[in-house]
Amino acid sequence: MGVTTVDPPVAPPLPPAAAPRRPGARTPPGLAATSVLLAALFAAPLGYLVVRNVGLGDEALDVLDSDVALGPLQRTVVLATTVSAATAALGTLLAWLVIRTDFPGRRVWRVVFALPLVIPSFVGALALVAAFAAGGLADDLFGFDLLTRPRGYWPAFVVLTLLSYPYVYLPVAARLSALPPSLEESARSLGRSPTAVFRTVVWPQTAGAVTAGALLVFLYVVSDFGAVSLVRYDTLTTRIEASRLFDPSTALVLGLLLATVALVVVVTERSLGRRRAHTEAVGAGRNALEAKLGAWKIPAIVFAGALAGVSLLAPGAVLAHWTWRGFRTVGGAGRIDAGDLVEPAFNTAGIAIVAALVSIVAVLPIAYLTTRYRTRAGGVTNALVVSGFALPGLVIALAVAFWLLRAPLGGGLYQTFPPLVFAYVVHFGAQALRASQVAVSGVPRRMDDAARSLGASRWRRLRTVDLPLMLPGLAAGAGLVLLSTMKELPATLLLAPTGFETLATRIWSATESGYFGRAGLAALVLVALSGVLTWLLTIRHMERVH
Amino acid sequence: MVGAALAVAVAVAAGAACSSSESGALTIYSGRTQELIKPLLDDFADTTGTDIEVRYGETADLALLIDEEGDRSPADVFLSQSPGATGFLDSKGRLTKLPQAILDQVDARFRAEDGDWVGISGRVRVIVYNTELVDPSELPPSVFDLAQPEYEGRFGVAPTNASFLDFVTAMREQAGDERTLQWLEGIKDNGAVTYANNIAIVEAVGRGEIEFGLVNHYYNEEVKAEDPDSPTANHLFETEDLGGIILVTAAGILDTAGDRAEARDFVDFLLSKQAQRYYADETLEYPLAAGVEPSITDLPPLDEIVAPEIDLSSLGGELEQTKALIEQSGLEQA
Repeated sequence: MGVTTVDPPVAPPLPPAAAPRRPGARTPPGLAATSVLLAALFAAPLGYLVVRNVGLGDEALDVLDSDVALGPLQRTVVLATTVSAATAALGTLLAWLVIRTDFPGRRVWRVVFALPLVIPSFVGALALVAAFAAGGLADDLFGFDLLTRPRGYWPAFVVLTLLSYPYVYLPVAARLSALPPSLEESARSLGRSPTAVFRTVVWPQTAGAVTAGALLVFLYVVSDFGAVSLVRYDTLTTRIEASRLFDPSTALVLGLLLATVALVVVVTERSLGRRRAHTEAVGAGRNALEAKLGAWKIPAIVFAGALAGVSLLAPGAVLAHWTWRGFRTVGGAGRIDAGDLVEPAFNTAGIAIVAALVSIVAVLPIAYLTTRYRTRAGGVTNALVVSGFALPGLVIALAVAFWLLRAPLGGGLYQTFPPLVFAYVVHFGAQALRASQVAVSGVPRRMDDAARSLGASRWRRLRTVDLPLMLPGLAAGAGLVLLSTMKELPATLLLAPTGFETLATRIWSATESGYFGRAGLAALVLVALSGVLTWLLTIRHMERVH
Repeated sequence: MVGAALAVAVAVAAGAACSSSESGALTIYSGRTQELIKPLLDDFADTTGTDIEVRYGETADLALLIDEEGDRSPADVFLSQSPGATGFLDSKGRLTKLPQAILDQVDARFRAEDGDWVGISGRVRVIVYNTELVDPSELPPSVFDLAQPEYEGRFGVAPTNASFLDFVTAMREQAGDERTLQWLEGIKDNGAVTYANNIAIVEAVGRGEIEFGLVNHYYNEEVKAEDPDSPTANHLFETEDLGGIILVTAAGILDTAGDRAEARDFVDFLLSKQAQRYYADETLEYPLAAGVEPSITDLPPLDEIVAPEIDLSSLGGELEQTKALIEQSGLEQA
């Protein structure tokens, strides 16, 4: 079922997620019912926070009224906004380079650029600090440092930008590769510069995917604890972490505040998307071009090399250095044993693949509902799914424990695989949803209509028309969930079946014990494994389109 | 493909459901990482034939989970990295009194007054310093000296870390809230550099980012084990200074354990010669029982470290106020 058989004559215009294709279309009741049911499940963490906060009463209001909430809230929003903007630019540029230009070695770069996403932020921040701080690895080897004291806004901004730009890169790359084969001849005959091509042709086609990715980055930054705590940037999550045990009312209120920030951003993005719908349709239908980089080739290579150097090679070198040092010196509990990582590696891959596939299946109905029909239920469901990503993994895990142990028969399932996968899906479903919405909106409705007029059933149309066209987008969404699940820590530690270890839990355990050698090797295995899986499950599906 | 994956997931889940904690195994929630305890747990399981299930995690997260699980918690025993989290569960009434025979194995300083938990290993608060940048004779004799101008901007602390909270609570108990707040504000104004945790401080000292920092002793021991060239060393505050208190990792039996003999046997085992030998040799901590001597050489044995008398069991309930003081001082934002 190759996509090439479809052969759309022109680029399908990218309708924004919220634009109804047919204003008068009636929502199929089955779709609406399924979505409402899913929405109820995705509401689990938010419901937990609300139930817990209701019990607090005035105490909750006191927290909101104090500067305990205000400063961290402001810093959280500033960091998330600026990192989103930076990653939007970076991710789009990279996707365009490796999909739409003659960038040398682009098949390898397609995988490389996705990899920083799998580095857990606490490891990424630790490694970047160890690489670039004064007295760090770069200082030892080459005599330079970038940060004297890695603390505050800028280090947080740099680390999170470097680790999270793939949230933009992957959906945009998927979008670009779903565009019909390029018309290189027109490009040449028009003699446009790459930047002009980008501005006039690529941007209008990808704006939806870019904002989708930037939204994910925003939510990721809002929920991050590992990086901001290491560089001492005081956000809502660091406050939640610091108060969770001894001042739970503050932690719960701040958790709810975090979810509110997410909801506001989601609603804003959705209404912006609606407005964009009209301007975008004008630009759509233009030809997609494969640009020749020409004189820009060298700068592009230098740029890509520098980026890969900083975001992947430098942390990689630090991890390798730790591993090598550990191999040389440590015995006893810090002993490095590669064989020890085989089972965690299999566990990591297995659970992440399951979580990625379940996520896609779970959000596809919601993607259809929110993309093709304008309903209130769609908006609410969308917001609930997205809010799950903004909450810290610890809150998700505690919420799952809370509801499960209160549900009839829930106790028997506690700390088994289904609730763990459920927690991953609730936490990361937003990533699959945004990618799926981009994919669904990329399917020209007229093809569906044509198939319907030929008597094809709904399922048959989904299988033969929609799915093949959506494959790159869905694969990108699955890839994001996959990479996020592979590095997930708090929910895995609290909810996994006893004895179920992943590479992320191994990295945490070793770092926590001060055994950097063990942590280094496990992290390297995690990056390598994610490279293989990203290619197999995601990048390959993008390439097949051409 | 999707269907197949779901089928696999359901099958795996069904298998896991059957083997879950309903089986009657002794369930341990361990805030100590497996690197720091697993061999010991395996020995216990092997020698006694007891089935054990161990969940490793962040000490504070596990305590929160146990609280959230309520009376349906599968956990029987809680192993804690810090007195604070133990105190949290104790204040929720989740720990049960340990047999006197167990409690008596440990010096009264290192167990709960009400007998609800017992210390199993000790860590000493020390200064870790960069041997290339500072001479030990320049280091402050007392932790209270850190507010002096001569130490301005030269040292680091981890103000949100559990062990720092425990230390500040001890200071409150000894010196009172007013003096403690004064000290917190003093070190903040003196340019104390803040870090996320102890290990980040040791790393920063190693890089020369700061000259010295306040940590628990064993972090540097571990860093030195991996990187003998690291220019870092531990230093004790002067005798009986508050900066050098001893913190303990602890074990407690949860109310959800019912009346399980295995749980008591297990805690008893953690105080055995074999277990205490393990903390001394493998995790480079201070043993607290069975007459075992520590094996680290750069710090004196426990009975030579004259630490102030602190009621460790008061730490748990006091931490909210400690946190409030630290917040008030503005040190967290420094």
